Amino acid sequence: MTGLLYALASLGLFALCAGIVLAIAQKIFHIEGDPMIDNIDNLLPQTQCGQCGYPGCKPYATAVASGEADVNHCVPGGERTMLQIADLMGVEAKDVEEEASAPMLAFVREDECIGCTLCIKACPVDAIIGAPKQYHTVIVDHCTGCTLCVEPCPVDCIDMLVKPELIEHWAWPLPDTKRSQLGHERREQHAGHA
Amino acid sequence: MPLIMLSSPHAHGGDSIRMMMLTVVLALLPATAVSVYLFGWLAVFLIVSCMLSALLTEAVCLKLMKRPLSTLLDNSAALTGLFLALTLPATTPWWMAVLGSVFAIVLGKQVYGGLGHNIFNPALSARVILLISFPLSMTTWIMPMSSLAPALNLYDFSLCATLFFSGTDAFLATSQLTLDAISMASPLGHIKTEATLGVPVADALNAYHYSYLDAFLGFEAGSIGETSALALLIGGIFLLARHSITWHIPFAYIGTVLLLAAVFNQFAPAQFATPMFHLFAGGLILCAFFMATDPVSSPVTPMGQIVFGIGCGLLTWSIRSFGGYPEGAMFSVLLMNCAVPLIDHYFRPRVYGHAANANKAES
Amino acid sequence: MPAMLRTLAQKMGLIAHSFSGGIHPEMHKLSDDKAIETVKLASMLILPMKQHIGTPCSALVSVGDHVLRGQKIAKSEGYLSVPVHASTSGRVLKIEESPIAHPSGMGMPSVFIEADGDDQSDHSLAAIPDWQNTDPTLLRERARMCGLAGLGGAAFPTFIKLVQDKRFPIETVILNGIECEPYLTNDHRLMVEKASEILDGMAIIMHMVGTTSGIIAIEDNKADAATAMRDALSSKEGMDDVQVHVLPTRYPQGSEKQLIYSLTGHEVPAGKLPMHIGVLCQNVGTCKALHDAVILGQPLTERIVTLSGDALPQPANLNVRLGTPIRSLFERQGLVDFNGIQIVHGGPMMGERLRHPDIPVIKSTSGILALGQQAIAAAHSAEDPCIRCGHCSEVCPASLVPNLLADFCRSDQTEKAESYQLFDCIECGCCSYVCPSNIPLVHYFRYGKGQVSMQRREQSFAEASRHRSEGRDVRLQRELDEKAARRSRVRRTHAPKAEATPDSVTAAPAAATTADKTASSAEKTVAVDQTSPEEKK
Repeated sequence: MTGLLYALASLGLFALCAGIVLAIAQKIFHIEGDPMIDNIDNLLPQTQCGQCGYPGCKPYATAVASGEADVNHCVPGGERTMLQIADLMGVEAKDVEEEASAPMLAFVREDECIGCTLCIKACPVDAIIGAPKQYHTVIVDHCTGCTLCVEPCPVDCIDMLVKPELIEHWAWPLPDTKRSQLGHERREQHAGHA
Repeated sequence: MPLIMLSSPHAHGGDSIRMMMLTVVLALLPATAVSVYLFGWLAVFLIVSCMLSALLTEAVCLKLMKRPLSTLLDNSAALTGLFLALTLPATTPWWMAVLGSVFAIVLGKQVYGGLGHNIFNPALSARVILLISFPLSMTTWIMPMSSLAPALNLYDFSLCATLFFSGTDAFLATSQLTLDAISMASPLGHIKTEATLGVPVADALNAYHYSYLDAFLGFEAGSIGETSALALLIGGIFLLARHSITWHIPFAYIGTVLLLAAVFNQFAPAQFATPMFHLFAGGLILCAFFMATDPVSSPVTPMGQIVFGIGCGLLTWSIRSFGGYPEGAMFSVLLMNCAVPLIDHYFRPRVYGHAANANKAES
Repeated sequence: MPAMLRTLAQKMGLIAHSFSGGIHPEMHKLSDDKAIETVKLASMLILPMKQHIGTPCSALVSVGDHVLRGQKIAKSEGYLSVPVHASTSGRVLKIEESPIAHPSGMGMPSVFIEADGDDQSDHSLAAIPDWQNTDPTLLRERARMCGLAGLGGAAFPTFIKLVQDKRFPIETVILNGIECEPYLTNDHRLMVEKASEILDGMAIIMHMVGTTSGIIAIEDNKADAATAMRDALSSKEGMDDVQVHVLPTRYPQGSEKQLIYSLTGHEVPAGKLPMHIGVLCQNVGTCKALHDAVILGQPLTERIVTLSGDALPQPANLNVRLGTPIRSLFERQGLVDFNGIQIVHGGPMMGERLRHPDIPVIKSTSGILALGQQAIAAAHSAEDPCIRCGHCSEVCPASLVPNLLADFCRSDQTEKAESYQLFDCIECGCCSYVCPSNIPLVHYFRYGKGQVSMQRREQSFAEASRHRSEGRDVRLQRELDEKAARRSRVRRTHAPKAEATPDSVTAAPAAATTADKTASSAEKTVAVDQTSPEEKK
């Protein structure tokens, strides 16, 4: 009986000590804000396109971090982003519902532009420049291809063009051997089941 | 194949897996010849049955895994069979040899994904499985034809066939011989037994009529392929010359064993055998030149290979000197096989233009 | 064992240093005794806007313009770039995309010049015979203006290296005449036939970087080139401190980093340039071109090209104008039918396979090979599993572990691949050459490098987008706050019963998300603002 008491007492004491240490650690290593939001935001492509149903990448990251949204809503990020977020959150991977289109660029047909500045206001990354009653134009290097500027244009003078492939940005594909193909398929299967 | 997206280089040296395996088989020819000289038809039976069953098992595995049967031509299964046969005692019955080959191919290689993916040397893992499963059969050594009065004429085909196909017990029952009459202890086994009785090493070897020359040439009891240091060394030098293996593993391995043996023999000669004895005894040379250098289960970098060799040497000498088993070469290689991924990661060569400790700083 | 003894001997200074790894491929120097021939001018020359490593140029001429040989037709954009010159006189026929020697098969804007046959030169650049007394910066500008890029194959703009930096004084100038690639003999022939010009070019370089010591590196399979260079050297004044070093043949000795180690025993630290250890390395062809640019005042409009390969009837070394279509060169050497023939731009170890012969000769074209289908197929046969034999690590001149690295690249473990120093791979191809399993290791490394740079590019683009997006949010918020402040001021003056103030403050954040649409309309309705912005719209 006394043995039991000793065991209980020593364990209790140990638990108390551990609790105190944890409480102190909590105070010392306390972090302001939720690092998860920033971590998820870092994985997102920052197109700010709103295809996930949230007004931008950061709001979506916030929603995912709080568990309010699923990990598979980022369309431009595609499967890779989904897998990375699922990995970070430690949740199950899910198929991305929509296939991402090829990277796009907005293009303003300048002779039709009336200079209303509506697209400038719609652009989430300030990639359109111009002033009232002046032609507007898209800064190619800044455009994320989110298409948010197309709808507000009253004269429909904005086209979405496929982003031209640059020879400097060309990357070698995997070797065209059976083995590498097999490895790739297996990896994708694995990723799908993970 | 489609020639659409090909990266340089557009030239190839012509090496192939097939030729590499064939080179090792060629290098084993001297040892195989000696084994046939020493153990007659028994050696022939063992080698043929091991190689055939290894090939057959491989074929069945490839069929089941829906892979092209042409993979058989890479010679790796035949080599595994030959390796296994050479590490077996002459009295191994046929079913044990076949079982060993099946173990080697299925458990040693194919379950990992086939050639190139196994962690352990397939032949050695099968040999150890057999040793653990059938400890008596695997440590019974028959007198070779070179001994002064061989109890059996191993060049007699029918006698060997009976022994091989009906097993030792059945053979002894029909021939009215005792096991003691036809078998003898291996030098390593002998000194291990004597050491438990407190007999100093030198005295034990004297009683055994041990001679370094016999051990070097292979005229002693042991597994069929591991007795002749000379034949194995010829094969090893052939491999080194053909650039099939590099010097790192065998030299580090044997060097470590010799060094340890020399140091300890100097201080306690009664308890520890001489370096020369260690060198010629058991499977050290076979393991150092052929088993530990198996490319798949050894490290890829020169530095890693040296570490691997030293580890093997340390374990081999320790098991021989202090362990429960008389011979430790096989165990030590298998144990070091486990450490290969780790060795590969930590003993990468210094990359051109980087500081010497760049690897470690990042790991 | 020999490797260890060699290293030991090197450490003790008994024998010369030598880079680690390397291979001895079949050299196939079919054209090493063929004198350089000058090719008849082609009727149409195609000049791509980028023939060097760096930023592409932009065209200066327009369709219909008449140009002279040596006239600048495209100006460099940015620092890492050199201009392009017309390589004969004629009329600009068109400026459009044309295929270049690139694995993607993509094109590059190119100027098509229809030759008029007169081959008149542009003499606007004066020769500088008195270069010894000319300011190095002027000479450097001359090298840039003449469009000089490394003619060894990489085509790195030459002028960038030719600089005097007080922090990193150049001690040794290395003249690279190694030419370790199989088949290629253009540098070899150039050294045999134009030794004096090459040495002049080297002397100019030494004058520009302010040193007197130099090394001419030649492999021992080119004994006649070494003799020619030695003879020419003995008759040159002021080059007493220059030596000819004959090195044992081994691939990739001609790679800059490996050559520097072989000659000096010093490694170029990762991420640094040879100048950081006081060395400057130039190809023999580039030296000849520098001689032409400075002493003759001629921009780079021609180069020596080796035509060779087991499927070519007459291997040769040709002096070719830049822009000449490769097909016409093959026809000259007796190859018309391209069925079952693979064309390689450069050497077999590092060159690019071309899809068709309608590609012009550019500054980096050291050789063009016609290889039989069989030779290519043997080099690219089906991939077997890796048996970890370690031959690739043995031959890697950068001391990487190619088989592990290829695994990481294949499985997209880019971080791991980078920690195994993927970017120190020089793509020399030794690993693929020796691999008994025929694994296209270099291809995997290229794939891995491409993936890493793509990820980096996406990452930095996302970072910049986020930055702009956040900046925009802050700006909108500030505008709204200002508006709200103004509103409350207006309300205070018009309606002194100020119970609306708390309302307008809470309305501001709510409006933030949709503010972009309402920002302008909000202003006009300030006075009556109590309804939600959405309704107003």
